[in-house]
Amino acid sequence: MFALIDCNNFYVSCERVFQPQFDKKPVVVLSNNDGCVISRSNEAKALEIPMGAAAFKYKNQFKKYNVKVFSSNYALYGDMSRRVMSILESYSPNIEIYSIDEAFLKLTSFNNLDITEESYKIKKQIYQWTGIPVSIGLAPSKSLAKIANKIAKKFNHQTLGVYSLDSQEKINKALKWTTIEDVWGVGRRYAKLLRSIGVKNALEFINLPDQWVKKNMNVLGLRLKKDLSGLSFIKLEEIRSQKKSIATTRSFESILTNLSDIEERVSTFATSCAEKLRIQNSCCTSLLVFVRSDPFKKEQQYSNSCVIQLSNASNSSLILSKQAIYGLRKIFKPGISYKKAGVLALGLTSKENHQLNIFEPNIVRHDSLMKAIDTINHRHGSNRIKLANQDLNRVWKMKQNNLSPKFTTVLEDIIKVK
Amino acid sequence: MINKKLIFFKPDTQNQKYFPLASEGISAGFPSPAEDFKELKISIDQEVVKNESATFFARVDGQSMQGAGLDDGDLIVIDRSQEPENGKIAVCFIDGEFTVKRLKVEDDCIYLMPENSKYKALKVTSENQLIIWGIVTYVVKKV
Repeated sequence: MFALIDCNNFYVSCERVFQPQFDKKPVVVLSNNDGCVISRSNEAKALEIPMGAAAFKYKNQFKKYNVKVFSSNYALYGDMSRRVMSILESYSPNIEIYSIDEAFLKLTSFNNLDITEESYKIKKQIYQWTGIPVSIGLAPSKSLAKIANKIAKKFNHQTLGVYSLDSQEKINKALKWTTIEDVWGVGRRYAKLLRSIGVKNALEFINLPDQWVKKNMNVLGLRLKKDLSGLSFIKLEEIRSQKKSIATTRSFESILTNLSDIEERVSTFATSCAEKLRIQNSCCTSLLVFVRSDPFKKEQQYSNSCVIQLSNASNSSLILSKQAIYGLRKIFKPGISYKKAGVLALGLTSKENHQLNIFEPNIVRHDSLMKAIDTINHRHGSNRIKLANQDLNRVWKMKQNNLSPKFTTVLEDIIKVK
Repeated sequence: MINKKLIFFKPDTQNQKYFPLASEGISAGFPSPAEDFKELKISIDQEVVKNESATFFARVDGQSMQGAGLDDGDLIVIDRSQEPENGKIAVCFIDGEFTVKRLKVEDDCIYLMPENSKYKALKVTSENQLIIWGIVTYVVKKV
């Protein structure tokens, strides 16, 4: 079975751990430069504040309904994410971190009831250890786990946050419940096409003949269809919907202890994130870098992460790689046997409407350079062109009027207790 | 020659010298000068952080727990993975504020006990909103 673990309203939940007075109150978190709403508490959702709402347009409504507004604090979210992911890793070595607040876990047992039981245990442990509430969807394939997770979240009162698609009957019901636009990986264009031939939900989609799907939606469409039918077919990287964060994380083939070896890996991960950003035509404004030792070894354990804010939104491999290495150097500790590292691109904005920072030159010439690199790599196999890395001095500041303290990563910012 | 007495060599306990065990194996060539310093550095982290994912830090504000050795300005280590039990020192969130107190658990209620005669015990009733946020496991103080 695949489990999709998704943190509920993650950024809001992180803020609430250290400021519990905002439990059960409407809370929103704004994007970089306090631009628009990127995370909402359930109470804020009930006030019909939409995702992506421009902060200045909703200023009066925030005031009227006493909505607590936070600037995004990626250092905090990154550290809390690392904690959640570390706990998940103790349950199964088969983990795929999908974004800052989502991961797939492969759970094996002879009995599906045991897996459901285990999932409640995972949920409870994450909540106790970190204060972050999660929802867990269980299913025989990843695309179905995504649907199960949605049900777990939407019907929280009945499911208590865990839902398992452990019978064909449940799967069919869930597929029927999922409108075609909501199927993971079906883009707007395909949804329109499917609607035009009368396909309204995921169940109707999987009942289409293979031939038709292959002809009209290519091989990936067919794989998605099979995956939704309960046969595990999809690799995570294949689904490229517009996401709020992009991740490249890998376990190393062997244990690494040298900074320079890990730098090479992290640079590669950052380059891969940059490529993914360019494919979906967006830029990121922050990078999260993490490293960790092997949790299944008895040696000294270490895991750390840090978040680097970029002066300008970027999808340049050069910039992302440089910044990721800068971050790695901050958290690298000698004498540790490292097993895994990752780079997450956060605070995504579309290429067209990102704000420029007047104090830093936006390196436009990278655009054509990146296009050239992508073309060459596409034609001659990926990573034909690679980067070498240097350091960077960064001095700049961004608009963050409602920033919470870095409760977990800066000693001056830790909570005070009386 | 035959009359010469045996001389016993006693082990010298006054001028002890320790030699590192050659755990790296002995090979010909020049030894690396860094070999002798290979032990890991002492890490306070390793001593006080038993469960990294569940460990948080806080600063003590005030003297209500003086008797337990928690003074104003001390740094405390909080382990959220530990179960709250009678007698443990906990960071609690009650009525809009973080506080550190000793838990006194009775059959039908919980008390938050200060360790300073100038402060009163707090009986937690259904009127209060209490979150037991985490258990205090270490205190780091400046002497």
